[in-house]
Amino acid sequence: MLKLDNITMQFGGVTAVNQATIDIDKHEIIGLIGPNGAGKTTAFNMVTGIYEPTSGKIFFQPDEGKDPQDITGMKPEDIADLGICRTFQNIRLFKQLSVFENVCIGGFLRMKTGWLSNVLHLPAYLQERRALEGEAEELLKSIDLWDEKDTRSSSLPYGKQRRLEIARALATHPKLLLLDEPAAGMNPQETQELMAFIKEIQAKFDLTIFLIEHHMDVVMGICDRIYVLDHGQMIASGVPEEIQNNPRVIEAYLGVEDA
Amino acid sequence: MRRSQVFSRKNILGLLIFTAILVLINFLPLDNYYRKIINLSYIYITLALSLNLINGYTGLFSLGHYGFMAIGAYTTAILTMPPEAKDAYYNIEPIYEWLKNFNMPLIPALIVSGILAAILGFLIALPVLRLNDDYLAIASMGFAEIILVLIRTQFRITNGALGLKGIPRVDSYYLYGGVALVMIIFMLLLTNSTKGKSLVAIREDEIAARSVGINAYLYKVISFTIGSFWAGVGGGLMAVMVGTVNQMQFTFQLTFNILLIVVLGGMGKIWGTVVAAVIVTSALELMRFLDEPMNFGIFQDGLPGLRMVVFSLLLMIVVIGRTKLKGRKSRA
Repeated sequence: MLKLDNITMQFGGVTAVNQATIDIDKHEIIGLIGPNGAGKTTAFNMVTGIYEPTSGKIFFQPDEGKDPQDITGMKPEDIADLGICRTFQNIRLFKQLSVFENVCIGGFLRMKTGWLSNVLHLPAYLQERRALEGEAEELLKSIDLWDEKDTRSSSLPYGKQRRLEIARALATHPKLLLLDEPAAGMNPQETQELMAFIKEIQAKFDLTIFLIEHHMDVVMGICDRIYVLDHGQMIASGVPEEIQNNPRVIEAYLGVEDA
Repeated sequence: MRRSQVFSRKNILGLLIFTAILVLINFLPLDNYYRKIINLSYIYITLALSLNLINGYTGLFSLGHYGFMAIGAYTTAILTMPPEAKDAYYNIEPIYEWLKNFNMPLIPALIVSGILAAILGFLIALPVLRLNDDYLAIASMGFAEIILVLIRTQFRITNGALGLKGIPRVDSYYLYGGVALVMIIFMLLLTNSTKGKSLVAIREDEIAARSVGINAYLYKVISFTIGSFWAGVGGGLMAVMVGTVNQMQFTFQLTFNILLIVVLGGMGKIWGTVVAAVIVTSALELMRFLDEPMNFGIFQDGLPGLRMVVFSLLLMIVVIGRTKLKGRKSRA
């Protein structure tokens, strides 16, 4: 479904990601781990079009029947249109807007009506908007945020902001969902809930999920396969058990003992 | 975005009050000076809302509004001046023959003014909106200055620095207030639509907006173009209210006055802007006596500029008071 083919990202003299190759199949939950500064978020930024890789290609196959499409260097909004949506490490909600508005905005990209019928509130537009709001309502109810629909999103507690950001991404009807440290700052109980939540939305919305995470219980608990980045190098990949016992991974995380 | 926010109680009440004032004010026996202040307030409502769309809703810090107003003012002037007046007043170089007989009634002229300003706004937005905030403020101002230089030098179109006189004046609350009313309704509809919410989303977090599929650059260009359209209309209204246009009218000070209204009324707030437009326009006019000669014992002559000093002080007090109020509210 998603293939990062030998991508490299250089910022001046710094190589943030060096010739990384990642392959994701439909319905998989794939984890990307690595120490701080390993280039994980940079990889996400390349997939979602925020950065254009210095070299290498990124391919995305929205549906199994279709040919993979080269999305290298495409604009973020066009990539979102194709069905890749993401959340951010440092939550990026539309702070001044309500919870409900945040989710609705996620659905805007599916609206067909133009500026004129928007401003004039023509029937076609109103109908489309009603459908969108109905869907947003359902989505909010399914993640238990409906009671807070009129709350300003910035005044939600942290854990709910995370969930709201995921809900906003889901409103775009993504095929591939990228989660950047969804469990960051959560306590063990919230983390457990989050894992269940990710599993649940994956089944419900028929998603493929690619996530960055530091909580090892999350990564080991829900990921089908894991990729490990260290200093921009892909040092390992495989199922959770393999990764747990891989000496290079342990070395990257804990350092080597002096001989 | 709950249902029918356009027709919320507040908006309906606001529109009713506005319309009532628009009609009832005709029955007050006011002299020309006060009529002028009222009409100017109406024009400032239109202008401030157009700047609020760009600055308040879309979050683009543009300072070039006066350039688009100048375009609108000159366009309306040229389109509504009768050919004889053009013969009489173009005394550096005669006006182009094809422009001389190019005339139309006021309303179409205002629309053409808006469209011309919008086209120009669009062309300026294309390169300028690739820049981020700080540069945008400078670049938009630079473009406004370029417009004014063109106005000063194209004698056969604008009569250069002499400006234009003999524009048929219109003294009607319904014209200025009517345009303001249309603008208010337009803004209510736009800002409560999904496109309007997208603009706010871009203001709040551009990267997040793009990541959910909003073409931020395109939307910003459209917002800027719409704002320029209304700036052009507002400029046109100024021309027919005063009856003359002159490049001296269109200075950065003008953008500043409008920006003041937007800040005072609240970024991204429609009714706040309407009220602030009336207050700022009236206050600026009514405080003119401060610039006149006064007897203070020590100085006998007036202190030119005292009006702005007092006004700035008042503004500071209001803004500080507002932030304090706001702070208390959010803490509660």
